[in-house]
Amino acid sequence: MNTTDAPDTPIVVDRLVKRFGAFKAVDGVSFRIGRGEIVGFLGPNGAGKSTTIRMLCGLLRPSDGRARVAGFDVGRDPERVREHIGYMSQKFSLYADLTVAENLRFFGGIYRVPPAVFAERMRFVIDMAGLAGRENALVSTLAGGWKQRLALGCAILHQPPILFLDEPTSGVDPESRRRFWDLIHNLSADGVAVLVSTHYMDEAEYCDRIALIDRGKLIAFDTPAALKRNFPGGDLLVIECDALGAAIGALETAPRVHDVAAFGNTLHVLVEDRAAAIAALQPYLAGKGVTVTRIEPIAPTFEDIFVQLVGRKEAA
Amino acid sequence: MRIRRLLAMATKETRQIWRDPRSLLIALLMPFMQMALLGYGVSLDIKHLPVCTFDREASQNSQALLKRFQASEYFQIVKVAGTYRQVTTALDHSDCRMAIIVPPDFTERLSDTGASSVQAIVDGTDTNTANIAIGYAQAVIGAFAANVQLQATAYQGRPLQVLQPVALQSRVWFNEDLESRNFIIPGVIALVMALVGAQLTSLTISREWERGTMELLISTPVTPMEVMLGKLVPYFVIGMLDATFCLAVSVLWFGVPFRGTLATLFLATALFLIVVLGIGYLISVNIRSQVGAAQMGVLVTLLPTSLLSGFAFPIDQMPVAIQGITYVVFARYYITALRALFLKGSGVLDLAAPLAAMVVYAAVIAFLAARAFHKTLD
Repeated sequence: MNTTDAPDTPIVVDRLVKRFGAFKAVDGVSFRIGRGEIVGFLGPNGAGKSTTIRMLCGLLRPSDGRARVAGFDVGRDPERVREHIGYMSQKFSLYADLTVAENLRFFGGIYRVPPAVFAERMRFVIDMAGLAGRENALVSTLAGGWKQRLALGCAILHQPPILFLDEPTSGVDPESRRRFWDLIHNLSADGVAVLVSTHYMDEAEYCDRIALIDRGKLIAFDTPAALKRNFPGGDLLVIECDALGAAIGALETAPRVHDVAAFGNTLHVLVEDRAAAIAALQPYLAGKGVTVTRIEPIAPTFEDIFVQLVGRKEAA
Repeated sequence: MRIRRLLAMATKETRQIWRDPRSLLIALLMPFMQMALLGYGVSLDIKHLPVCTFDREASQNSQALLKRFQASEYFQIVKVAGTYRQVTTALDHSDCRMAIIVPPDFTERLSDTGASSVQAIVDGTDTNTANIAIGYAQAVIGAFAANVQLQATAYQGRPLQVLQPVALQSRVWFNEDLESRNFIIPGVIALVMALVGAQLTSLTISREWERGTMELLISTPVTPMEVMLGKLVPYFVIGMLDATFCLAVSVLWFGVPFRGTLATLFLATALFLIVVLGIGYLISVNIRSQVGAAQMGVLVTLLPTSLLSGFAFPIDQMPVAIQGITYVVFARYYITALRALFLKGSGVLDLAAPLAAMVVYAAVIAFLAARAFHKTLD
């Protein structure tokens, strides 16, 4: 991949702010993304993920703060930024009334991919997306996974050193999501810096680093392992029992229990000390008429981490 | 601006037009239907005006007079009334537009005093038709009167003499037969071009917004100028094809004489197209919904073109303030040029004024359109 012209830190975000009237959609976000790094942008809907990505693509003008993408200021020089990025928007935005090949030719022309290279690039993208034999199919007739891989293909046709992917896997089946992440890893191996937003917490595992954002503020920016290691607020237990509702009520008022949350038909309980809690909680719940079938420590998921980080912010 | 990107835009746009039944319908079928509808439907000539007669004398003389009405191609006697009530009913029901009533003493007064009168009652709801009908009726009566006088002098044994001391010998230039179709059809071409042009482009930008493709498009290095030209060039080609088609229909089907040069016609048409396509594009940039854009397109092109361009209502008959407004209506220049080209065979130099106005207009619109589109979601 042609990434020689990208600086060592292709994405530098410095106290970026976006206001829509009185509402601060993005509120002083700062981070850096290096070459070949995959950063997962996690947060609930409306947290400011898309707004941040759109500012970095030069689609929205920052209200305050600065960001440099490929060495160019996104507020002052958005056109230069656009030459160095590939973008997949949240909503599917290829031309549904054109065929696969026509879409690729269009973006090849728009990005001025040299004609000598274009045939090879088109072959590469079609193979990558698994679209061989469907070159002349109208995009509107493709299934979700193909559409999404074609959109990625159109975004990387011109071999940009930086990729912005806004919820690329939403509405796509798990098999296609898996395959999509493999493609992103291949790009990263070639040195492409990737900022990818998602609301699938499990996808955080595929990223080199995670940026957690909530209500416009960046609340954590670290590797998945470090985020789990530094899980805030104590130890996490999983409890399986009958009478789930009664158990939640009982645990919320139990001593040295910070938080209770239902995960399917199990409970995740945040406690001060795991050994003491395991010993104490079983008899405590039995006393409330709840029979515990399983109680043991569990590694936090990103959902736990997110809930905890957001909760702590709210308390503060 | 890069030719490669411009070509990519234009190719994409052409493919989309080709695959969108609605665009194709507007581009190809609408000019055909409008030419047919307006070419046949709009006529300012009055022929076979329905007339009711009430002959209260019922003499050879009065019948001879009414026969002249019957014989004229301008009138058609649809009802012979026997009472005044029948005359009023026929007018009330719009069975006829005019009633000719011969008084019971028509011949008597003619021979006694040498002068008599015939009553015409005209339905004045359509003033234009009423005026023309009165004119035609006077002509018919005048011819009859001249004949009566001629016969009278012949009876008296006096030599036949010229009855009118001064006579007007009129000759009509450019539209020799005063066929209103020759006057209307060039205007219809302008109307069709205005409507089709603005309809086509008013949707191009709003379509990208509505389908969500705009967000990706503006994340690429494509420039606003490339977007504009890439989108307008295909429609310009379609517009010129439509113009050629309209011209062919006018000349070959409706038989309107075309006396100018094709080069001047295409120059004027190209300028006009730049204006309407540019206006459609401006609308499209500013109104993000397709429905809203289409409605606005009709509002700013069709209405002024049909009402204030001189298409049907002569500009020099309008109040001065309204005349002032017509200078802003770009279609008036095109219609002026088209009529002169078709009927007078005017050349570029004769049309310098309207062409210059169109050049200025096209330049202003192109300038505004080029600056209108911003690559931002803000």
